[in-house]
Amino acid sequence: MRMSQTTTATDATMSSVPMDGSAKLAEYARTKAQRKRRERAIEMVLLLAACVSVFTTAGIVYILVKESLVFFAEVPLWTFLTDTQWTPLFSDAHFGIMVLMAGTVSSSLVALSIAIPLGTIIAIYLSEFAGHKTREILKPILELLSGVPTIIYGYFALLFVTPLLQKIYPDLPGFNVLSAGIVMGIMIIPYVSSLSEDAMRAVPMSLREGSYAMGATRFQTAVNVVVPAAFSGIASAYILGISRAVGETMILAVAAGMQPNLSLNPLEPAATITSYIVQVALGDLPHGSVGYQTIFAAGLSLLVLTLCFNLLGHWLRRRFREVY
Amino acid sequence: MNRTDELRALIRKHKRWDMIFGVVGLLALSVGILTLVALFVDMAVAGIPRLSGDFFTSFPSRRAAQAGILSAWVGSILVMLVTAIAAVPLGIAGAVYLEEYARKNLLTDIIEINITNLAGVPSIIYGLLALGLFVYTFGLGQSILTAGLTLALLILPIVITTTREALRSIPQHVREAAYACGASKWQVVNHHLLPYSLPGILTGVIIGLSRAIGETAPIITIGALTFIAFLPPVPFTGEPAAGAFDWLFSPFTVMPIQIFNWTSRPDPSFHQNAAAASFVLVFMTLGMNALAIWLRYRLRKNIKW
Repeated sequence: MRMSQTTTATDATMSSVPMDGSAKLAEYARTKAQRKRRERAIEMVLLLAACVSVFTTAGIVYILVKESLVFFAEVPLWTFLTDTQWTPLFSDAHFGIMVLMAGTVSSSLVALSIAIPLGTIIAIYLSEFAGHKTREILKPILELLSGVPTIIYGYFALLFVTPLLQKIYPDLPGFNVLSAGIVMGIMIIPYVSSLSEDAMRAVPMSLREGSYAMGATRFQTAVNVVVPAAFSGIASAYILGISRAVGETMILAVAAGMQPNLSLNPLEPAATITSYIVQVALGDLPHGSVGYQTIFAAGLSLLVLTLCFNLLGHWLRRRFREVY
Repeated sequence: MNRTDELRALIRKHKRWDMIFGVVGLLALSVGILTLVALFVDMAVAGIPRLSGDFFTSFPSRRAAQAGILSAWVGSILVMLVTAIAAVPLGIAGAVYLEEYARKNLLTDIIEINITNLAGVPSIIYGLLALGLFVYTFGLGQSILTAGLTLALLILPIVITTTREALRSIPQHVREAAYACGASKWQVVNHHLLPYSLPGILTGVIIGLSRAIGETAPIITIGALTFIAFLPPVPFTGEPAAGAFDWLFSPFTVMPIQIFNWTSRPDPSFHQNAAAASFVLVFMTLGMNALAIWLRYRLRKNIKW
């Protein structure tokens, strides 16, 4: 019954639109071309979306270079790199990026001297010593550390860690690089430990088994076999930690005092490249003044610095990659 | 002493190092975890007394006891809305292109390198980009729209990377089956790959947004005001009636900026407000993270290839 209905329906269309083979083929070709056009259009739209990242990078470089050029027209590059004072808002203005660089370096050093040893130990422990269950519980808890907004760490550094440190060392000023650096370091631990641990777990079991077969203990295997084999991954974890430390803003803006200070002593307040940008953005600087232009020059210095570390990371990864 | 005893002593000595390292590892872990605990306890002790209904429904004020976070949380939610609307389609489209369409050529390599590098650019640089581009070149002002777009660019690499991972985990035979039935490339993506990768995409979007909601530096850099005692205009209300999109161009404040503002005041009673607002913000971010972890766990369990 159904079959006959279908047949008659087909017959009806056949009779109402007389179609020989070539017309049918042409119809096919048309739909196919249409479909192809639509597919091309969709691909173009998707490509455009993927290119947004390229536009972003281009935009960043364009804006920073354009505004910095205006700045460097007034302040020669050599002065910018060698001057030992940073007083852009005074009438006797000095622009020595070294001063801000010193703050960035000393705070990063404090942070890294905490994050790198602790992060590495935690990674070795989680990857080689901890049982499956311990790892599944502790790793997510540790990763919460990197999920807390940095402004809250700033609050914590200023109002909890600094008073605590002042109990040990009473002469410590209320704003100092030390407490900001310590808190920053603890924040960076999960970045270092997660990536290092992933690298260590990717080391093939056979290497460990070989080491155990030679009578090595867990600790010996971890230090002498697993860590060297995973070194390229561990190195990129360190690099990531460094660029986090260099680019960190709010903890330093809140707890380190924003006072330009050419010194690496972490017991003093200091301004970093990032916290200077915040300081200028907080005040209302007119668009086009030299003060406004300085933040772009500072931003460009920061971008160049992080770019250097990224390149170093690429190089380390390639240089020390182990292929199994 | 015979040789066996010597050997036993040697083994015992080396085994002791295993134990010592086990203890050191736990100590190192506890530094991180204790900090987290101290942070929460400190925040809770200082902040919880200030948490009341009024705190959520009042504007910031010069008197600490009357100040609230109304304009901050409304601002945060509106900015997140703009961020999500901009970042989600762009990120998914970019990821689909790179994973399903891209041929191995120079352009693809350039895009890939760009995404990796952008993930490592400090967030304050995005603020400078937004200041130069959105605020002064496009003339969008220091508005919700500017902030939302800035944060969208910031989280784009996160959304793209997680979406790509989700797409990559779909086995090849799903694609082959669809092609064998005569599906076009877009039909394969739209009917099969996107629905199957939804859990992964959703997780990435939530993690990206939880990062964006806590970002302070880029929003300060675009010059957002810190004292806002009004809400953005609600569409079609007020006198004269606000347009449907007027709120996009309204000045605003967000939770992290409000916290920064209160923390940097010398008066300790404002620090209490900062603690209370931090408590709310942490609750928002960690809540989003927990949701992402739960979603990943829930939805992954149902998929068996």
